Amino acid sequence: MIRVDNLVKTFGDFTAVKGISFDVKQGEIFAFLGPNGAGKTTTIKMLTTLLKPTSGTVELDGLNPMLQQKEARQRFGIVFQDPSLDGEQTAYENMELHGVLYHVPRKVRTERIESLLKLFELWDRRDSYVKEFSGGMKRRLEIARGFLHTPKILFLDEPTLGLDPQSRNQLWSHVKRLNETEKTTVFLTTHYMDEADRVAHRIAIVDHGQLIAQGTSAELKASTNTESLEEAFLALTGESLRDESASTAEGMRQMARMWRR
Amino acid sequence: MSAIYILWLRELKRYTRSRVQIIASLGQPLLYLLALGFGLGPVFERAGNGSYVQFIAPGVVGMSILFMCIFSGISILWDRQFGFLKETLVAPVSRMQIMLGRTLGSATVATFQGVLVFIICLIAGLRPHNWATALPQAFVFMAMVAITFAALGTAFGSVIKDMQGFPIVMNFMVMPMFFLSGALYPLSHLPSVLTVITRLDPLTYGIDGLRGSLTGVWHFNFALDVAVMAFIAAAFLSLGAYFFSKIQI
Repeated sequence: MIRVDNLVKTFGDFTAVKGISFDVKQGEIFAFLGPNGAGKTTTIKMLTTLLKPTSGTVELDGLNPMLQQKEARQRFGIVFQDPSLDGEQTAYENMELHGVLYHVPRKVRTERIESLLKLFELWDRRDSYVKEFSGGMKRRLEIARGFLHTPKILFLDEPTLGLDPQSRNQLWSHVKRLNETEKTTVFLTTHYMDEADRVAHRIAIVDHGQLIAQGTSAELKASTNTESLEEAFLALTGESLRDESASTAEGMRQMARMWRR
Repeated sequence: MSAIYILWLRELKRYTRSRVQIIASLGQPLLYLLALGFGLGPVFERAGNGSYVQFIAPGVVGMSILFMCIFSGISILWDRQFGFLKETLVAPVSRMQIMLGRTLGSATVATFQGVLVFIICLIAGLRPHNWATALPQAFVFMAMVAITFAALGTAFGSVIKDMQGFPIVMNFMVMPMFFLSGALYPLSHLPSVLTVITRLDPLTYGIDGLRGSLTGVWHFNFALDVAVMAFIAAAFLSLGAYFFSKIQI
């Protein structure tokens, strides 16, 4: 479903992704793990047509996302690291807008919005403005929205960041359920190793822009001689801390938070 | 088409839902109309130019449209910040459609705002010289000013990356455009440098069109104003579309 071959991305003289290759099969839940600044988000951006690779190839469901941008976009859904909802519209309107942008026919749209909002326990709040939602509700809405156009692949970039254990738990069980019922391939990144361990069929670990290991959780633990995925991860990527430079968007978000107080 | 519609509709909803903002955005035009209109009125009349409220009202209508458009354009920044922009930019629709939906949405909202201010002007004492022709003509100019500057707003919103850029746009682009447009003073008998600058200001033609339609006093004429505005609208729409297509997320 996803095929990545020798993918490279350089920004000026900095190489963020250094020749990554992997395959994700249809219906698989694939976790893409790595410390901050390892190149996870850059890779997701290249997979989702947001960034042009410097070299290497990407294939999504047989399509080249750079050449067949619209067709590729129609086939995947994405939940970004940071929220991408319209706070000034209601939950239902956010879903509706997404459905229209993704060319979901009206009848299917109405049915799917209802069933997804019910599944993610947001149906009762469908007419509330998204700005009044808690972090967990927003995340749920975003994931429900990601499934609305029945994508073949769903990209989840750190979807559980900042959520309480209850919300995280519930969120993953919904994602797993939809992965089983709709056969959606899921590509996720997270910093919570227990989540990856529980949810993902296969795991890839990246560091410094390179793929350093991949396999099932059991395989990774066996190869590093460790008890848990977290230990395996630390054994593979080392204990040193990574610094990530703040982007303008992050700076703006901080400013907005200050303003709202 | 439906993508353009849904994004247009979003702008309308945003406007109608923030009643406080509607009232707040009426404050500034009201201040200009009342403080300047009545404050400078006696001087203006003594200079033999007739009623100043009558003169300044079209300028104030144009100003409120201009500001509304720029603020809507700048809202791209907020959408960038709160992430909603990304949601639209990864959708399987062309950037052109997204840009058009947003721009036409802010143009519609700005036109509506212009109509509101126009009604306030009528209450304050504006009297169109000929109701039957004045209203449709004035509306045409309001819509043209709105489309032109909504497109410019989109261009600004696409180019500047954070809120620090906003005062620069306001102080070095938008305010000069307003003050040099003939919204506040007649364009005849100006120093020659100012004459040149006012003629280069796109808003000048919109304001002249509005004033001519409403009061029957033209500096240029109907045909010239319409032609220049149409040309600038096309240019700014292309500019807005170009910069919007260059947005990186």
